[in-house]
Amino acid sequence: MSLAVSAIGQGLLWAVLGVGLFLTFRILDFADMTVEGTFPLGAATAVAAIANGMNPLLATLLAFCVGALAGLITGLLYTKGHIPILLAGILVMTACYSVNLRIMGRANVSLLGKSTLFKNHFLASLPQYFDSVVLGTLIMVIITTIVIYFLQTELGQGFIATGDNQTMARSLGINTDNMKIMGLMVSNGLIAFGGALVAQNNGYADVNMGIGIIVIALASIIIGEVAFGDLTLNQRLVAVTLGSILYRFVLLLVLKLGFSANDLNLISAIILALCMMLPVFKNVLNFKHLVKRGLDTND
Amino acid sequence: MTKPLLQLKDVVLKVNRNTPEEITILNKLNLTINAGDFITVLGSNGAGKSTLFNAIGGDLSIDSGQILLNGKDIAHESVEKRTRFLARVFQDPKLGTAPRMTVAENLLLAERRGQRRGLLPRGLNHHMAHYKELTATMHNGLDDRLTTATGNLSGGQRQALSFLMATLKRPEILLLDEHTAALDPRTGQDLMHLTNERVSQDKLTCLMITHHMEDALTYGNRLIVLHHGKVTYDVAGADKQALTSEKLYSFFAEIE
Repeated sequence: MSLAVSAIGQGLLWAVLGVGLFLTFRILDFADMTVEGTFPLGAATAVAAIANGMNPLLATLLAFCVGALAGLITGLLYTKGHIPILLAGILVMTACYSVNLRIMGRANVSLLGKSTLFKNHFLASLPQYFDSVVLGTLIMVIITTIVIYFLQTELGQGFIATGDNQTMARSLGINTDNMKIMGLMVSNGLIAFGGALVAQNNGYADVNMGIGIIVIALASIIIGEVAFGDLTLNQRLVAVTLGSILYRFVLLLVLKLGFSANDLNLISAIILALCMMLPVFKNVLNFKHLVKRGLDTND
Repeated sequence: MTKPLLQLKDVVLKVNRNTPEEITILNKLNLTINAGDFITVLGSNGAGKSTLFNAIGGDLSIDSGQILLNGKDIAHESVEKRTRFLARVFQDPKLGTAPRMTVAENLLLAERRGQRRGLLPRGLNHHMAHYKELTATMHNGLDDRLTTATGNLSGGQRQALSFLMATLKRPEILLLDEHTAALDPRTGQDLMHLTNERVSQDKLTCLMITHHMEDALTYGNRLIVLHHGKVTYDVAGADKQALTSEKLYSFFAEIE
């Protein structure tokens, strides 16, 4: 029981990453590697700020801003510097590694004895693991609502159009460079925000905690889509959170099967690869098609 | 009454600048477009027709000369800025619409062409009745598919939508780049009729590239021929009406 609650709580906290990545991966239609650097960047920023006595909520919001700054750099390299997005992301991600070490001063900083978002009277009074469920739900409701509202505004529609058809967007007067930069900023801001949450939940920040982040964030997007099928854009955003929770349950199952926590990156990659190849499998294993071929003499 | 709306003066445009492959596409091109002109543009491949459109639209920057809109030089304005007065329909139906957005959402995007887009709700529902009426004028079933993603429409429907989007917010200048060429002959002719209706009804100023000599003769009040980056032939009004395809063919035979 407590394991299930823990999985739901973790899923909710990590869902922030899914929504962040959704903005670039699904709407702008490219894979942004920056997130592997901005996740630990957010964690490092928040942990260092809290260790220096900053209010945890302010520290978490500061993490968002620093993440957005990293996104701005990727965006400028991509749109103004004409560096391919994959490489621009990798450049900023690599640079972030050094920046994170500078921020923290060493590879791992603990929050032991420090205040965090999870250490207030109300959350501490809840049964074990329920703190992340309550806080995660609150945060995801707020973030999902804001993103859904934004996408329905005039600006949000221009943002969607940029990812959908750049030529058309430009011919309607939409500044596509600015849209991409904005998307990268908000996306990386959210990822860093997620990093700050996870670090406070774990009680530490580690310079290597960004490895495989893009796979985990993609997994919540893809699992949500595979599990719930055809959805509207708004529903798909909600499905990201549910996908993130489902993913945690899959990991739980895998650990129960006897794999160790060290295997999780391998397993995450395999799960994501399988989910992304599902449409191919569906075609290959199309049962109706096979039956029909067997019966139809003309085929 | 006619007054110059858009003037191109000695416009030179080169590609592959400063390389051995440098080619001059527009070579001191001069063209004066009056308000209300419906100009059909003819010319062989490589004559500079599409480049002319890209120069007006701002996709390609010109090397020298002037592009004047109502007397003001716009040669250095960005593509986005020029959309305040300019609308385009491309040859490829896929270029003019956003495939994952619905027909109504596409129209709504076009309604704010060239304007600031802020954080106000888009207000799609207020426009639905208007869009239903508007798409019904296309007589191709578009009005029943307002909530369909445009990626699922036929090429003809997509191109009709592109045309509607270009004219929804009245442009000062409308550029049609062989916008019926990718469609089957019947659908293409339907869209051509609608185009003509709309352009004359709204008194739009329009340039239309076409490879159909018949279309070039039938539609519009003026016809120009581009050759080696220059306007080599320019007829309007009664002279254009007197023009026949034979005369045009012999003209083309002369310049080639």
